[in-house]
Amino acid sequence: MRGKARQTRIEEELNESRMDAVLQETLKDFRLNVHAWSEAAMNRPRRPIHPAVRTTWRLAVTWAMGCLLAAGSLGGALYERHHRQEMARHAAAEEARQKQLAVETKAPVASTRQADEQLLAEVDSAVSREVPSAMEPLAALMEGTGEQ
Amino acid sequence: MNPMTLETAEAIAAQEFARVVQEHRPHIFRFLLASTRDVDLAETLTQECFLKAHRYWKDFRGESSAMTWLMRIAINLQRDHWRNRRVQFWRQTKAHGVDLDEASEWLPSGERTAEQQMLARERIGQVWKAVEQLSARQRTVFLLRYVEEQELSEIAQATGLSEGTVKAHLARAVGRVRSELGGRR
Repeated sequence: MRGKARQTRIEEELNESRMDAVLQETLKDFRLNVHAWSEAAMNRPRRPIHPAVRTTWRLAVTWAMGCLLAAGSLGGALYERHHRQEMARHAAAEEARQKQLAVETKAPVASTRQADEQLLAEVDSAVSREVPSAMEPLAALMEGTGEQ
Repeated sequence: MNPMTLETAEAIAAQEFARVVQEHRPHIFRFLLASTRDVDLAETLTQECFLKAHRYWKDFRGESSAMTWLMRIAINLQRDHWRNRRVQFWRQTKAHGVDLDEASEWLPSGERTAEQQMLARERIGQVWKAVEQLSARQRTVFLLRYVEEQELSEIAQATGLSEGTVKAHLARAVGRVRSELGGRR
């Protein structure tokens, strides 16, 4: 039992040292890889236009996005304003229609009442002015009493 | 003996700076290329690094080596670049980056057989994959150690971390690489 455990430990140690050897080797290769890549990149033919193009392209995209955003905001605001104006116009028209309806409903009643009042006033005035001849002495007497 | 004039001092400083650029440019570019996997971006950041270094060259007091100072500038530029890039949502993060297979292609053949070469490329691909999954700090420390072969103290100076923290980041990074290669952490 103890022998088996020792064997396992030895195998683990061997694996670890093997792994460390692999790690060391790989890290060395990694360094060589970066050095080779860097050297090749430094000695590559230069393309002076490339950064300018990249910058211009980025600038253009930024501007386009900015314009799009501004246009969207402006369009949204204009639409909202137009919508509100339209709503207000509708509301005003509806109110005017309601008023008109109310006036039209009230108008006949008012004119009938006015006509009645006028007729009564005419009758009243006619009655008060036209005294029958048989009653004239009595009326004169009444006037005389009033003066006294 | 004539006292040194301002013009002479400036000329000497310019010569000294030109020498520094010539000596360290490949290292800075290589580190930035490995960090970004983007040749154009690495070139741009390298140029920015030396522009910044030129601007502050007169303030460089030589407390650390010029290489460490330049590397510190490069690390900061790279960090700022990713930070800014995150905000610019319409830019595709890896638009100009090279994929892992392409990055693994570069390997001097040496005296290997075709099979050994293929195996080596496969393992390099696994390292790139592990490096991609590391945090920014772990990646920086890993690349400075295993690509630039810097000492822990130099890495600590360049990153502004303590040596203990550098060791911890390095251990985690190597653990990740080992795990990717098929071993245990």
